[in-house]
Amino acid sequence: MYNFEYQKPGALADAVKALGAADAKALAGGMTLIPVLKQRLNQPSVVVDLAKLGLSGITVTGDSVTIGAMTTHATVAASADIKRAIPALAALAGGIGDIQVRARGTIGGSLANNDPAACYPAAALALGATITTNKRAIKADVYFTGMFTTALAADEVITSVSFPIPAKAAYVKFKQPASRYAMVGVFAAKGPAGVRMAVTGSGQGGVFRFTAAEAALASNWSAAALNGISVSADNMMSDIHGSAVYRAHLVGVIAKRAVTAAG
Amino acid sequence: MNAVFQGIGASVRRTEDLRFISGNGNYTDDINRPGQTYTIFKRSDRPHAKITGIDSTAASAMPGVVAIFTAADFAGVGGLPCGWQIHNKDGSPMAEPKHPILADGKVRHVGDPVVMVIAETKQQARDAAEALVIGYEDLPSYSASRDALAAGAAAVHDDAPGNLCYDWHIGDKDATDAAFAKAARVVKLDLLNSRLIANPMEPRSAIGDYDRSGDMHTLYTTSQNPHVIRLLMGAFVLGIPEHKLRVVAPDVGGGFGTKIFHYAEEAAVTWAAAKINRPVKWTSDRSEAFISDAHGRDHDSHAEMALDADNNFLGMRVSTMANLGAYLSTFGPAVPTYLYATLLAGVYKTPAIYCEVKAVFTNTVPVDAYRGAGRPEASFLVERLVDAICHDTGADPVALRRQNFIPRDAFPYQTPVAVQYDSGDYFATLETALKNADYAGFPARKAAAAAKGKLRGIGLSTYLEACGIAPSKLVGQLGARAGLYEVANVRVNPTGSVTVFTGTHSHGQGHETTFAQLVVDQLGVAHNQVQIVHGDTDRIPFGMGTYGSRSLAVGGSAMVKAMDKIILKGRKIAAHLLEASVEDIEFKDGKFSVAGTDRAKTFGEIALTAYVPHNYPIETLEPGLDETAFYDPANFTFPGGCHICEVEIDPDTGVTSVVQFVAVDDVGRVINPMIVEGQIQGGVAQGIGQALLEHAVYDAQGQLLSGSFMDYTMPRADNLSNISVGTENTLCTHNPLGAKGCGEVGAIGSPPAVINAVVNALSAYGVRHMNMPASADKVWNIINGGLRAAAE
Repeated sequence: MYNFEYQKPGALADAVKALGAADAKALAGGMTLIPVLKQRLNQPSVVVDLAKLGLSGITVTGDSVTIGAMTTHATVAASADIKRAIPALAALAGGIGDIQVRARGTIGGSLANNDPAACYPAAALALGATITTNKRAIKADVYFTGMFTTALAADEVITSVSFPIPAKAAYVKFKQPASRYAMVGVFAAKGPAGVRMAVTGSGQGGVFRFTAAEAALASNWSAAALNGISVSADNMMSDIHGSAVYRAHLVGVIAKRAVTAAG
Repeated sequence: MNAVFQGIGASVRRTEDLRFISGNGNYTDDINRPGQTYTIFKRSDRPHAKITGIDSTAASAMPGVVAIFTAADFAGVGGLPCGWQIHNKDGSPMAEPKHPILADGKVRHVGDPVVMVIAETKQQARDAAEALVIGYEDLPSYSASRDALAAGAAAVHDDAPGNLCYDWHIGDKDATDAAFAKAARVVKLDLLNSRLIANPMEPRSAIGDYDRSGDMHTLYTTSQNPHVIRLLMGAFVLGIPEHKLRVVAPDVGGGFGTKIFHYAEEAAVTWAAAKINRPVKWTSDRSEAFISDAHGRDHDSHAEMALDADNNFLGMRVSTMANLGAYLSTFGPAVPTYLYATLLAGVYKTPAIYCEVKAVFTNTVPVDAYRGAGRPEASFLVERLVDAICHDTGADPVALRRQNFIPRDAFPYQTPVAVQYDSGDYFATLETALKNADYAGFPARKAAAAAKGKLRGIGLSTYLEACGIAPSKLVGQLGARAGLYEVANVRVNPTGSVTVFTGTHSHGQGHETTFAQLVVDQLGVAHNQVQIVHGDTDRIPFGMGTYGSRSLAVGGSAMVKAMDKIILKGRKIAAHLLEASVEDIEFKDGKFSVAGTDRAKTFGEIALTAYVPHNYPIETLEPGLDETAFYDPANFTFPGGCHICEVEIDPDTGVTSVVQFVAVDDVGRVINPMIVEGQIQGGVAQGIGQALLEHAVYDAQGQLLSGSFMDYTMPRADNLSNISVGTENTLCTHNPLGAKGCGEVGAIGSPPAVINAVVNALSAYGVRHMNMPASADKVWNIINGGLRAAAE
C-alpha cells in the first residue's frame, strides 16, 4: 500500500467535492479497492470513505425495491422484504464471495466497480434497474459501458439503486473454480419491461443482455425455448479455466437453468 | 490408574490445538527482536535474462533504508547446497550448478531474488525496492522439460549442457528387454504429472539475529527441520560453526515438504543481521510464496507394460523427464529417482522393471518434495497404466490387480527396483475397500445417476509407498549427503513428569499428543505429565526433522529406545532400594516391583531417588534419569492400501463431483486413530486437489498464470465428499513400534483413483487416459468431442 490521504465526510456534498481531486478514489465496502491498494496496483491521492453518508437502507413499495448504495450484501441477503419482493435478488446477494465479503461489500461499490465477473450487474441489467447518483438517475441499459467502466463521472456517487419487482426471476452462477467469482452468471427476469436476461462473468465487455434468448422466452417462458439458441464465442473471455467456446456453451446451459429456477 | 485410557490406540484429543485455534500459537512472524529491521527481496519479473546493471542510487537515498545488498556483496558466501547427489548412467556425477543467494549475473525464473533491501519498516523497504533500476537482456526461456531438452535450447546454466542435470537409470535393462521380447501384448501410456504449489496456510518467514558480544547467530525460520538448516547453512553457505549458530523453528503452520529445504532468504537474513548488527526480518506475502516456495511434481513420462497371453505382468519400461526448475533445491534430485523409480513395482510382482529419468533445468521455480514426493508420481503412473491395460484388453480392474498382486506369503519381497518390502497384505486392503465402497452396488448407482442425466464412474488404486526414511547406510550409497536416523532425549524430571526432546518437528501433525501417548504407554505416566519439545537446536539433540512420514516410525522408535534405557536404569535403582537383584525387577503399569512379590516402588519414587541420591548405588550408577537414543532404521517402511473413488460428471458443464471416497490403508501400528484418520483425510483432500483442481500453469513467456488463489484452485470443503477411512494394518517388521507412517498415503493413493473414476465415467466417449487436473472445461471438451485427443 502507498500512502494516501483518508477522508470520511459526513455529507454527500463534501464527499463529491473531495472526489473532485485528481486521483481520488471512493471507498465503499473496500472489498476490491483494499486488496488493490495492498498490492500497490493503485496509488490514489485521497481515499474518500462513503460510510458516514447515510446511504444504507432498504425500501420496498408495491412495485419496486430500492436499496441504498452502502447497503451490504449480507443485509440484502437477510432482508425479509427483499426475499418476499425479489427473492432472486436476496439469493444473489447471499451468494457473493464469502461471509466476510458479504459483511463489508456493498451494492453501490459493486455497481460502481463493474467487475466483469461481479454478480450485481447481472441483476441490475436484467431487472432494468435505475441507478441513482448525486446528479441523476441512470437506466441500467446505459449504465454499463464496458469492463470496469460505467456511465459514472469521476465525481459522481451512487446513492441508491431501484429495481422494479418482476413476476419471475432467478440468478444462477457457474463459479470460476479458484476465485469463485462468476465464470458465467445468468439473471433471468420476466417483469414490467418484459423478458430480460443478463449475463455476467463471461463477456469481454462485461455484463451483457442475451437478446436472442429474451426473444425466444418472450413467446415461450421455458428452458426448452432456449434449445438451439447460443451466444457467439467471439466476445467471450478465455483463460486457464475455460476457453471462449466453453464459456459460450455454458451461457446456454446456465441460461436454461436460470429459467427453470425462476419457475 | 488413569480414569481414561490415553496410551497407544487411544484417540486422545490434540493437546496443541487449544493454542492454535485460540490465537496463541507462536509462529515466526509473531517473533519480533529489539531493533529489528525489515527486508524485501526484489525478485525477477522475467524468466531468463542477463542482468546488465543494478542501479541502487535512488533506492539507497529513500527514507529508512538501512542497507541494500546484491550478489556482489555475497561474493564470499557459498551457494545453497544440494543434499543429494545423483549419478548419470555412465557413473559421472550430476551437473550441479551453483545456486547463489541472490541472482548473480543472470536471472533464471520469475521470482529469482536479485536485490535485498533492508529498511526500518517493511513499507520503506518496499518503497526502496520499487526505486531500484535493474537492467535486463532477455534470453529464450523454457517452462517445460521437453522444450528445455530440445536441441539448440539456450542454457539455463552454462555448466549444465543441454539443460540436463542427470540422465539416470535403475533396474535391469536386459531382463526387461527380454520380457518385452516374449510378450504377447504391450500396453503403452504417455502421461503428465501436473506441477503443484503446496500453499501451506502460514507463508515462509525468517528472522536473522546476531549477538556481537557472544558472536552468536540466531535464525528463526519456518522449517520442518531446524538442525538440517543449521548444518547446511552453517557449514556450506555462511561458514558459521554449529556452536555459534542457533536455528529455531517455532510453531509452523503447515509444511507439506515445502518447508524442508534450505532457502536463500534464511541465509540472507542470517548473514545480513551480522553485517548490519541488527535483526533482519522477512515474511513472504502470498503472491511471493507462489514464485519462491519450491513447487512439486511436474513429470512427463512414457510407460509400457509387457503382458503374457493371460495378462500377467512380465516387464515394465518407464522413461521420465523430471522438471527440476531453475536451480537444484535441497532434495530436488532425489525426488524423481530414489523416491520415485524405486516405487514402480507398486504392489505387483512384475519381475523386470527398467526406468530412465532425465532431470531437466528450466526457467521455473525449483521443484522439490511435496507431500508424497516421487511416490505420487509413481503410483499415478502405475495405477493409470494398470487401468489402461484393462481398457485395451477388456480385463476387469479388480481381477487384473488381484492376479498380479505380490502374494501374502512372499514377504520380505525384493522388487526389481532396489527396495525390499518387509510386510503387507494387498488383498486385505482391497477386499475391505471393495466392501466399504459397496463396489458390487456400483452398476445400480450408475444407472440411478444416468436417470438424472449424470455420468457416474468408479476408479480404484491399489498403491504402495515407501517412507520412514531411512537406513543411513543405504541412502548414503544412493547419494544422500546426510544420515537419516532420528534422536530422542527423554528427561524424567525429579517428581516423575517427563520432558521429551525430539529431533522431529511438528507443523500440524499433532506430535505433542501422539508422542506423549508413547510415554504414557511405556512409562505409565499420565498424558498431562508429558511435554514434547521440538524445533530449537539449542534445546533438542541433532535430529533430521519431519518429512517422508518418518516422525513416528523413526523418531518414535528413537523415543522407545530412550525409554528402554530409562526403564533399565530405573530397574537398577529399584533393585538397590528393594534389596533385590536387577534381574528380578520388573516394570509394569508405572511400577518397579520384585517379581512374584508385592514389594514395589512407583516410577515417581524412582525418579526422585535418581535426583536425590541419598540412598543410592552411587559407586556403580550415575545419578539422574535422563537418556538419549539415536535410532537408524533397518529399512524403509512400506504403507499401502486401496482407494476407491466414485465421481459424477455433469455432461452439460463438465463439472466432476467426487460423490464417494473410500480409503483403506495399511499404516502399521496406529497410536492415535483420530489423528491417523485426519492425516489420511487431509492427504486425500490434497490428492483430489491435484486430480481435479490444482495446477501451476506457466504461459509461453515463462510467467506463472496461476500465481494467486484467484487462479490456483485449492480444494475446498465443498469440492470433497465424505472421506471414509479404514485400516487393515500389518506391522512393520523392523522397528520397535511396528509403525509404517500415515502422513503421505492419502496424497499418494488418491489421484489415480480419482482419474480412474473420471476415465471410467467417460468411457462411453472413448477416453483412455486423462492428465490432471480433470477440470470442467477439459472434461466438457472431451464430452463435446472437440478436443478429445488433446486431453490424452
